[in-house]
Order: sequence, then structure tokens, then C-alpha cells
Amino acid sequence: MIRVRLEQRAAPARWFGVVVAPVAIVVTFALTIGFVLAAGASPLDAYNQFLVEPLTSRYTALEVLVAATPLLFTGAAVAIAFRSGFWNIGAEGQLLLGAVAATWVATTFVGGLPRAAAIPLVIAFGAAGGAAWALVPALLRVRLGIDEVVTTLLLNPVGLLVVTGLLNGPWRNPETMFPESERIATSAELPPIVGAESRLHLGFVIAIALIVVAWFVFGRTATGLRLRAAGLSPEAAGFAGIRVGRLLLGAALVSGAIAGIAGASEVMGIQYRLTDGFSAGFGYTGIVVATLGGLSMPGVVLAALFLGDLVVGSTSAGRELGVPSQLADIVQGALLLVMVSLLLLRRYRVSFRRAT
Amino acid sequence: MSFASDVLAATLRNSTPLLYGTVGETYCERAGILNLGIEGTMYASAFFGFLVAYTSGSLLLGLAAAVAVGVLAGALMGLLTVTFGTNHHVAGLGLTLFLIGTAEFANRLHFRGEQALATIDPFKLWDFLGVEILAQYALTYVGFLVIVPLAWWVLMRSSLGLNIRAVGENPEAADAAGVSVARTRYLALMIGGGLMGVGGAFFTLAALGSFTLDIIAGRGWVCIALVIFGRWRIGRGVLGALLFAFVYALQLRLRLIPELAGVPFELLLALPYVAVIAALAVSGRNVAYPGAYLKPYRRA
Repeated sequence: MIRVRLEQRAAPARWFGVVVAPVAIVVTFALTIGFVLAAGASPLDAYNQFLVEPLTSRYTALEVLVAATPLLFTGAAVAIAFRSGFWNIGAEGQLLLGAVAATWVATTFVGGLPRAAAIPLVIAFGAAGGAAWALVPALLRVRLGIDEVVTTLLLNPVGLLVVTGLLNGPWRNPETMFPESERIATSAELPPIVGAESRLHLGFVIAIALIVVAWFVFGRTATGLRLRAAGLSPEAAGFAGIRVGRLLLGAALVSGAIAGIAGASEVMGIQYRLTDGFSAGFGYTGIVVATLGGLSMPGVVLAALFLGDLVVGSTSAGRELGVPSQLADIVQGALLLVMVSLLLLRRYRVSFRRAT
Repeated sequence: MSFASDVLAATLRNSTPLLYGTVGETYCERAGILNLGIEGTMYASAFFGFLVAYTSGSLLLGLAAAVAVGVLAGALMGLLTVTFGTNHHVAGLGLTLFLIGTAEFANRLHFRGEQALATIDPFKLWDFLGVEILAQYALTYVGFLVIVPLAWWVLMRSSLGLNIRAVGENPEAADAAGVSVARTRYLALMIGGGLMGVGGAFFTLAALGSFTLDIIAGRGWVCIALVIFGRWRIGRGVLGALLFAFVYALQLRLRLIPELAGVPFELLLALPYVAVIAALAVSGRNVAYPGAYLKPYRRA
């Protein structure tokens, strides 16, 4: 008789990081079959619609990149914060405030500016808006030791109220009376990058560029080493002479700024105005992206592309098969749970021994 | 009706779901588990409680369904954090995303193609004394007069409560004393989840009689903050819930002041959330978290 046992490993296996995400995806789909069946569709058809169909035409494949764009930003924002030991769960609120700040400057000041000046200015405002929304939790954490999880979470509904308050109040479109801001200046629009037939815009390139920079800073610079040290063990980092508080504050602000740019990018590249509900929980999905990507920058890119695929597929699955597109939300949540559970196996190996 | 009694009545009413959520979360955290699944638990309980009440025509059956959803959600959180030993933050958020997704999925599936918002006849206010402040839902009376004293007594005076606090402070010692850490934590999560379920159901079965997509709107996160504000004590947590509800009731009345007519009501609606953060900044400094907070337990 052969006994199957879990044994501890001294160090995580090298291949583990590569294998765990695909395994998590397969397990998640197996676990969520019940929802597809409840909607009266065949699981194989549904997953085909979800994952394969979006990649079969040029337009939908580009739409996957469009859907991935905000997730690249928020995924990177969350990964940077988590790796530095700052539990930023407030990317959603930071994204919304980034969008508000960007919309404000893009509808007031930049009208006369050339595109090359207007776009960086508006993005900088988006970053500042997001960073400002992260500043209060970061200061409360660093100065008073107040748990940032709670404060960043609480500021998410507040951010949403700021957006709807502005759109129902002073920013309401005077022509249509819809709860949407007026259109931003043409010079502040992020231009399409593959021609007019796709919505894919410059924001995608900016996101990739930011991620490359973040990857370089984390992996190749002294600051990155300090950040990782602070994230792994703040006490040890403090003993090593690293000023953990200042570092955390910096990481939180950078994280908030990147989430803010996500909001600016959606306003400047997709909506061209502030609307309520323009963010389909991109900030929360960023947590899924960061975890699925193992908090590494290349991982964030792959995870954002995968979830972009899922989001585009869920819309067509809703249309074609009558499976509500909220299945994508269920899959995201389940994926996060499966992934975080599987990650525990990192330190174990399965051994098969003959019982004696 | 006078302004003061109006505000006080609304305070008691609005604090009810927070009371259940905060007491529930206190049980989880006293056992050492941060349950960020609370937002999703309240949301899913609000929906499935409504769905069962709507299809069966029985409010009590709906309430039972909401409790069942909460207990299940607590057990799932236990599987993730106690059995698997995963990170509490990620597990709780994943659970919230999963439960909100599930509720919205089921909502779409069941009410597909219906134009009007589905409504039920909700619980009635008990108005037997004719005093405005005391005209409250049964869930409010039960919450303040039964659940709070009972929850306090169980947590602080019963052996179960002692076990819960022990596995949250020092699981090694509890284990050595023969207390099953895993079973106690599961139990605390399931009790807590059931209470959160009642809190969620309060919105659909009592306050509104319908289900809308923004029905919880971060109140689960508020409960997390109130537990810290209350320093993991039932009484102080409930006090926090009353304070939040008071600011909430106040901002509703502020909207009626002519001078404030130009202020979008959403900005006033943000007031209670900001007040909670401010309260944390004042009283949440250097608080003593439960000793085994966020720590999975494995026998050495």
C-alpha cells in the first residue's frame, strides 16, 4: 500500500511559481461549473466563450487589451504596496479620485495646450489625486499605527460618493442633464494606437512602461531591495538601518498615484468624460491581478491580460449564452481564493511511500 | 414629531445592521481571524434573504436563509484561514468578491427581464407604546435587548467564550489545555457569520423591502472599523455603531436645511464614513490587537 503524504520543503520549488497560476485557473473553472449549469448553459460552451472566443477576432483581441489596461495599472499599484508591506485595499477609491482630478484639469485648464503638454499634465493630476487619497491612510499608519486595511477600505465608498456627488451636483452635464461631466479637451484625449477601428489607446503603452520601470526599481535598485526588505520583515529592515516608515509612506503614495493614473487613463482614453460607474471595480480586481501574478511585475502583466480576456468573454457569454456576465465577478473572487490556497503548497512536496 | 426624537429613532434604526455586523466581526476577531468577508456576507445575506422571502412569501423563512448564508460564509472563511491557513486579508477580500458576484449573478438570473423592482411587504415597526423613539423593528429590539447582552455573556462569561478568547490570544496554550483551536475558530466564524447575515437581511427584509445593487455600500467595512474602535469589546463596538448611525441620521436631516440645499447629498452621505476614520484616528492609536490576530495555528 502506498501512502501519500505532504512533506515540508526547505525552499519553494522553482517551477512552482510558473505552474501555480494555470492550475489555479483550471481549479477555479471546475469549482464554478455549477453557476454555468444554473444559468442553463453548457460549461464547455461557456468557457469557450469566456476564454477563447475573445481571441478569435482582431477587434475582440484588441478589446482584451483595452479591458486589461486599467487592470495593469491597479494590479501594479496593489503589487507594489503589498510587496512593501502596505496593505492598500483602497485602489478603487484612489482610482476614482485620480479620475476626478484628471477630469477637473482636463475640462478647465488644458484647452489651449498642445497635446504633448496636456496629456502629461492631466496624467500628473490623476496621479496626484490617487496619491492624495492614499496619503491619509498612509500617514495614519506610519504616524499613529492605525491599520491601513480599514482606512483604505473605508475610503472606497467615500470616493464613489465624491464622484456621484460631483456628477449629480456641480459637474452635471448642463446640456443632457445626465450625471456625467462635460467632455474633456481634445488635447487631453489619449490617442488610439492601432487606428480608429479599435478603442486601444496610449494608456496601454503607458501602463506597460510604468510596469517596466517598477520591475526595474524593485529588482535592480537599492530602493527596491529596501522595499522588499520592509515588506518581508519590517523589524529586521529597521534593524538594518532602513527607515521603514518613510519607505512605507513612499510606497503607499506611489501605489495610490498609479491607481490614480488608472482612473485618468479611463477618462482620457475611453470615456472622454467622468461618468458614474465607469470603473467596474477595477481597484478590487487589481488585488486579484496582483495576487494571481505572484506580486511580480511580469506576473501582473500576464494576470491582467488573462482577466481582460475573462471580462471581454463574459460580455459575449452574456449575449450568446444567457449566462449573466457577473459570472466574471464570481470567477475573480473564486480565483483569488483558490490561488491564495494553492500558494500554501509552495513549501510542501507530495511524497509517495510504501507503507511498512 | 420633534427633531430630537426623530433623530434618535433613526439612530436606533440605522445602528441595527451595524450592531449585528460589529458583534459578529468581534466574535471572529476575538478568535484571531480578521474576516474581511463581512461586506460580501452582508450583501449575499441581504439578497438571498430577500429572494427566499419573495418566493416563499415568508419573512421569517427569508431571515433564516440569510442566517444560513452567513453561517456558510463563515464556514468557508474557516476552511480558508483555519484549515488552509491562508492570508486573512486576501481570503476575506476574495470571499467578499465571490459572494457579491454570486448574489448579483443570482439576482440577474432570477429577476431577468422584469421591468419593475421586485418588492416584498417588509417587517413592520413595533409601535405598541406610542412613543416615537420606541417605534422600532423587532430586529432592533432583539439586537439591543437580546443579542448584545447574550453575545457579551457568552464571550466573557461562558466557557465557549473563554475558549474563543483563548484561541485568539494564545492558541498554543489553548491547545495545551485541550481546547480544539480549529473547531473553536470555525464556531466563532460561523456564529459571527450568522450575525452578519441578520445585519444584511435587515436592509432587505425590514428597512427597504427590496434589493438594490448598492445596498450594503461599505457598511461591512464600517463594522471592521467599529470593532477596532470598540477595542474588541461588545459594548464599545455597539457604542461605535450608535455613533455612526447618529451621524448618518443627522446628515439625512442636514439635507433639509435650506442653506445646505446646494451641497450634493452624496457629500453629506460621506460624513459618517469620514467620522469613523476620524474616530479611529483619535481612539485607534496603539490598540492591543488579539494576540494571535492574523496568525494561522499549526501544532509544532
